[in-house]
Amino acid sequence: MDIFTELRWSPYIVGTGIGVLSWFSFLILRIPLSCSTSFSRTSGMIERIFRGKKVETKPYYQKVKLVIDWQWMMMIGIVAGSFISSLLSGDFNPEWVPAFWNSTFGHTPFLRVIVAMAGGILLGFGARWADGCTSGHGISGTMQLAVSGWISALSFFAGGIIVAFLIYRLSG
Amino acid sequence: METKEKIKTFKEPGKTSRLIAGFIFGIFFGFLLQKGGVTKYDVIVGQLLLTDFTVLKIMLSAVVTGMIGIYFMKSMGWIQLYPKSGSLGQNIAGGLIFGAGFAILGYCPGTLAGAIGNGYLDALTGGVAGILIGAGLFASLYPRLNRGILKKGDYGDITIPGLLKVNEWVIVIPVAALIILFLIWIENRGL
Repeated sequence: MDIFTELRWSPYIVGTGIGVLSWFSFLILRIPLSCSTSFSRTSGMIERIFRGKKVETKPYYQKVKLVIDWQWMMMIGIVAGSFISSLLSGDFNPEWVPAFWNSTFGHTPFLRVIVAMAGGILLGFGARWADGCTSGHGISGTMQLAVSGWISALSFFAGGIIVAFLIYRLSG
Repeated sequence: METKEKIKTFKEPGKTSRLIAGFIFGIFFGFLLQKGGVTKYDVIVGQLLLTDFTVLKIMLSAVVTGMIGIYFMKSMGWIQLYPKSGSLGQNIAGGLIFGAGFAILGYCPGTLAGAIGNGYLDALTGGVAGILIGAGLFASLYPRLNRGILKKGDYGDITIPGLLKVNEWVIVIPVAALIILFLIWIENRGL
């Protein structure tokens, strides 16, 4: 059982595993794997706590209903699966500031959290704008050879590479 | 629509079983993401700085495996595909905004959940708060955006074989071959 306590697996084994997982997603769930819609549902459900039922009448929440669905449960499962994997390999590590960030911007948690939040806003906004994320478009869309998937995936990486170079090559 | 008739032979799971199935899929997905190292900021930013190709190696091997499997199952009549509809205004503009967030946060929505499981507190706090705010903001702006940019350059739910009007395998096999060649090239360059 050493394989489960290993720190890292080959990326090709991991990728093949995700590919096989997607077969079962089509067969059993009858839907491709995707992630980011759950954040819309959660955001709307939180807003509903404060503003009441009228939140459900927003056109977007007519399209994306404020319910807990299979994907929402899958996101919880991802947290659990990653937790199990990191515990087994001794890689579970509560930390505020990633090492690479620390080497350029220092170890202040506050700065990292604020920037993470700014990035998160763009990520959440962009994922809904593009109607998918690295999973829904980047993996599931491209494997179905969907035009929307390939154009989105290329745009994700184009935007990501440009901004990462701006952040680290200009300041670093 | 004959495929639709055929797949009726596979029983569709009920609501509760779907929730349980979703959770189990998540455990496998999260386990694989963590074992692949992509629950880590350093690995994702390393990919965007083109110094560490772990993210693309995982994504592209998932795409090759998944694509061959699902097109095989489709030709056997076991499944149908669900390509998303889209438009240039949706996928390019949204994709670039997403990409900027991807680089600044250093996680994507799925790996953000994985990062939380791995213990990363920047993901749990700023990351989750930000993505929920961003998604909520979009829901508020949706009616206005939907009248304008989201409809620009609409191409619907077309796939590449559908667009080129060719047999699916004429695209599946070369795409798989090109991805494998690209991965071999990356390995040969020591990336």
